[in-house]
Amino acid sequence: MAHDSTAGPLLSVEDLRTFFYTEAGVARAVDGVSFQIGRGETVGLVGESGCGKSVTAFSLIRLIRPPGRIEPGSRIVFDGRDLATLSESEMRKVRGELIGFVFQEPMTALNPVFTVGDQIAEVVRVHHGGSKQEAWGRAVKMLETVGIPSPEQRAHEYPHQLSGGMRQRVVIAMALVMNPALVIADEPTTALDVTIQAQILELLRELQQKFGTSILLITHDLGVVAETASRVIVMYGGEIVEEAPVEELFAQAHHPYTEGLLNAMPQVGQERERLATIPGSVPPPTNWPKGCRFHDRCPYAWERCSEEHPPLYRIGTGHISRCHLAEEPQRRADAHDPLVVAVSGEGGVTRGARRGEKQNVSERKAIS
Amino acid sequence: MTQPAREVLVKPSASAPLLSVRSLAKYFPIKKGLFGKAAGFVRAVDGVSFDVMPGETLGLVGESGCGKSTTGRMILRLIEPTAGSVEFDGIDLVKLSNKEMRKLRRKIQVIFQDPFSSLNPRMTVGAIIREGLTIHKLAEGSAADARVRQLLDEVGLRSEYVNRYPHEFSGGQRQRIGIARALAVEPSFIVCDEPVSALDVSVQAQVINLMQDLQRDRGLAYLFIAHDLSVVEHIADRVAVMYLGKIVELASSADLYREPLMPYTQALLSAVPVADPTVKKSRVVLTGDVPSPANPPSGCVFHPRCQHPAKDAACTEIVPPLEEKAPGHWAACIKQPPTGVDWSIQKAAGATHPPERFLPVLDR
Repeated sequence: MAHDSTAGPLLSVEDLRTFFYTEAGVARAVDGVSFQIGRGETVGLVGESGCGKSVTAFSLIRLIRPPGRIEPGSRIVFDGRDLATLSESEMRKVRGELIGFVFQEPMTALNPVFTVGDQIAEVVRVHHGGSKQEAWGRAVKMLETVGIPSPEQRAHEYPHQLSGGMRQRVVIAMALVMNPALVIADEPTTALDVTIQAQILELLRELQQKFGTSILLITHDLGVVAETASRVIVMYGGEIVEEAPVEELFAQAHHPYTEGLLNAMPQVGQERERLATIPGSVPPPTNWPKGCRFHDRCPYAWERCSEEHPPLYRIGTGHISRCHLAEEPQRRADAHDPLVVAVSGEGGVTRGARRGEKQNVSERKAIS
Repeated sequence: MTQPAREVLVKPSASAPLLSVRSLAKYFPIKKGLFGKAAGFVRAVDGVSFDVMPGETLGLVGESGCGKSTTGRMILRLIEPTAGSVEFDGIDLVKLSNKEMRKLRRKIQVIFQDPFSSLNPRMTVGAIIREGLTIHKLAEGSAADARVRQLLDEVGLRSEYVNRYPHEFSGGQRQRIGIARALAVEPSFIVCDEPVSALDVSVQAQVINLMQDLQRDRGLAYLFIAHDLSVVEHIADRVAVMYLGKIVELASSADLYREPLMPYTQALLSAVPVADPTVKKSRVVLTGDVPSPANPPSGCVFHPRCQHPAKDAACTEIVPPLEEKAPGHWAACIKQPPTGVDWSIQKAAGATHPPERFLPVLDR
């Protein structure tokens, strides 16, 4: 596929596979992921730890170290160029200049022995050249743009002198100083308090409107996604299991995993006696289950699910789901307890009990 | 001009509380110079009072650095309080010797946030759970073995796991081990310090349900410390909100989330992202950061960031008492009526705006 630099999506990932060759076997952390990001668009990438969302992000900017490897055949087409085939020195120009990166932990993303002004100015000097004064000027201006008060003085401070929210603003300033077309934000607000999180999300929105940047927002927090992204990709077991416009995903999630995530989340203003749970936990990437990778935790699973690996079915406009329910929707009515073999536990709750009441039992069986 | 903080009694009902915390404070000295002379104090917790009833869950929320964990640790006497009292079942824990306290820890247990660092990596799961039984001489030999297996079963882990080590378990499973360890000595009160913050959403739901089941079956009381307001709303009967070492609001979970009265609580709740893209929230966005507890603002500690329309000079002078604004609903704000701080007192402190009811619309 040939892209010219203005038409088509900004980023097109095709069959991305990133494997880690460990002693325990080959960990297929990202296993055939394809998606696109349009210009000026915010895409949310959600999933629990171990689902492959961060490895996907790091693969896009090729920050994968041995024993990890981006498998041949993976394509990361950015603005018409396949990043997977670039040399390391070409790649270095892409990072920071074309693709900015905001990490989760602002304290480890910053160098403690340089002032924040120096660190932002360095990015400018590396990618743009020019004089030290010019770079410093741009750094100070960028600090002002991300809402740091008295930026001239703050630029002379070290990371430890700043609060968590301020540090994350500095990291965002570093990611944006070269005005990249795409910013990858990996859990940018996870380490922050909720009031500071609201400030940072607001800032990202403002900056996006100002610069027209595309954002890939990686998070486990569905609330953050609902407020920020226009399209959502849900990952599980190294694969995309569902993708939909944000309103549609929250109104009518198709994949049982997405459904489970939405139900498991307590929400302010919603009273619930018990939280729904997804039994068990994410399987290890060295040993994904056969068939559907979610089948042993799925309340709807039937024989087909443990045998046949589901493809991505089209559910609606821009809505895809990796679940056989797309072909056999009537089975959604027959929810049952995944993995419940025999039942013990308090009060002798049995299989016939209503959902919710029996959650506890299925949970216990599944964890063991 | 500042008033001394009044002694406040916060009692939800007539029955006797299991735990009564009164005017609890912890000032950490800031040491300067060669001989470590205290140059000032960080007021991590500054006069906190509350009750926990038997079988109740009291949520303690606030942003990092507000003193919520320090409060929890003082109750356990893992940190020695600077002032105040912690009465448990009629005994003032602050006055106990270490030896007496150790005996009482059977009744007061703790579950920590990080299931990776709170379990000894060199001990098997069985030994971790059994340790409390041995120390408190509750069971030994095969009786202890049986008890450990039973506890594992109760928290939803297979009893064959007794000889495994913590690293063999996932985060959620480790948190279950931590819960089993706390339950082993049959406590009546558990301080839960961010017990689900490190867990994924689906696993978090499993652990919350487990904690609720155990509470129901055993009549446990929890002090549930967390920063996640939606989790606290779900699990807590009453909620205390802390800001800069002080409780600024305390009410039943339903009242607090429906009608927060203290402007800080209003801002905190409005900042919680809503997992519904069709909701467009009118948000109270706080500017700036939490001030340093080494040098807290005068008067109301929240005044520099407060958005109450009646905020004026009096807020910088008068320390707002935690007062009952509605039955069982306590809040510290002299501008939110009703208030016991008379208008004449407020005026003397430079007030220009009389108190007015402020309830920003929190669309949900």
